Amino acid sequence: MTAAHNPAADLRQQVLVLYLETSGLDSPVVGWPVYDGTGRTSPTTGDSDEPPYQSGVAALRDGWRLIQAAQLIPPCPGHEYDVSFLKHEFLFEKLVAL
Amino acid sequence: MLNSVQMARFVAYGSLRMDAVVPAEMNAEALEVLGDGVPGVPYGTPLSEAYPQGSFPRRLLELPAVAGALRSLVGPEPDIDHHAVHVRLPREGQAQPLHGDAIIDVRRDAFDVQLMYYPQDVTLEMGGTLSVPGSHLRRTNESDTGRYQNLRGQDRLVCPAGTVVFLHHGLWHGGRRNDSDTVRYMFKIRFNPTVRQRRLWDTSDLADRRVARELDTTFPWYEHATGRLERYNRVLLWRALTGDDSFDLDHWVTRVSNRPQEVPA
Repeated sequence: MTAAHNPAADLRQQVLVLYLETSGLDSPVVGWPVYDGTGRTSPTTGDSDEPPYQSGVAALRDGWRLIQAAQLIPPCPGHEYDVSFLKHEFLFEKLVAL
Repeated sequence: MLNSVQMARFVAYGSLRMDAVVPAEMNAEALEVLGDGVPGVPYGTPLSEAYPQGSFPRRLLELPAVAGALRSLVGPEPDIDHHAVHVRLPREGQAQPLHGDAIIDVRRDAFDVQLMYYPQDVTLEMGGTLSVPGSHLRRTNESDTGRYQNLRGQDRLVCPAGTVVFLHHGLWHGGRRNDSDTVRYMFKIRFNPTVRQRRLWDTSDLADRRVARELDTTFPWYEHATGRLERYNRVLLWRALTGDDSFDLDHWVTRVSNRPQEVPA
């Protein structure tokens, strides 16, 4: 008996995180990390001044699949004017064949 | 001394950059001094006691442009928090995650500054410090921001030898990956103020219209709504630094503080 080939074993995940100007997926990109499970590239902090896409929808149109979107959470009472992390975070993936 | 327009720019950007203010002969000397390391000083050592007369750090801090900026930002005789020589080795393969130094620091009416001195010409390839203009008022803890690899409008430092940058303690920054064949040095000193940080600079131009223009700066990485809160918080900081509780930009603070107590006749 020969072992069946599992095509999924040849796939690796690439992850793109887009931070957008508003909670709308069609709003402009303000920040963008990339992580590459194929090992072909090594993106790192401060390696680019230009985002890979102009909006979240532009990433969808290029084949990225949305896997998580930041919830809209009201500010903590008493801290309505505080600024902290970026709020509008969208995680995308692509599965890439090795 | 700094003027009000420069201070307002610091309040908006969270940094003050002075290109090539250290003379070439000191930069050459620095490469040797920093290569050997600079002996540490205990936390909280007064500036005047931290570095011996004639030592390199002392002469660096006595340069008029450096001394004037430092005095304008934190006042006379600050304490030395700590100093460090940062070395980015050639092709070391890794950048620092974006971070704020120390731990989350939410003081609204006081701030530390960090001097960063670059003795060499820094090219883009050498991985000069990445910093994010206008990030200093964000309440985040150290490297919890490590996921943010790139932000629109970020500053990837490229500078001539002898450049000094002062950073607000909260500014997001990190050493970028050095993709060159050159060792890159940076000398950092953190200062703690010992006096109230109010009108410590040359305030003769306080009414200059450029002050408000600088304070009203927006940055490309700000989300639309949060960018308004950034200006709100800047107004509060400017009020603390000037003692002028009537200062505002576009009514941001005044509007949401308005709670009239007068009873109608």
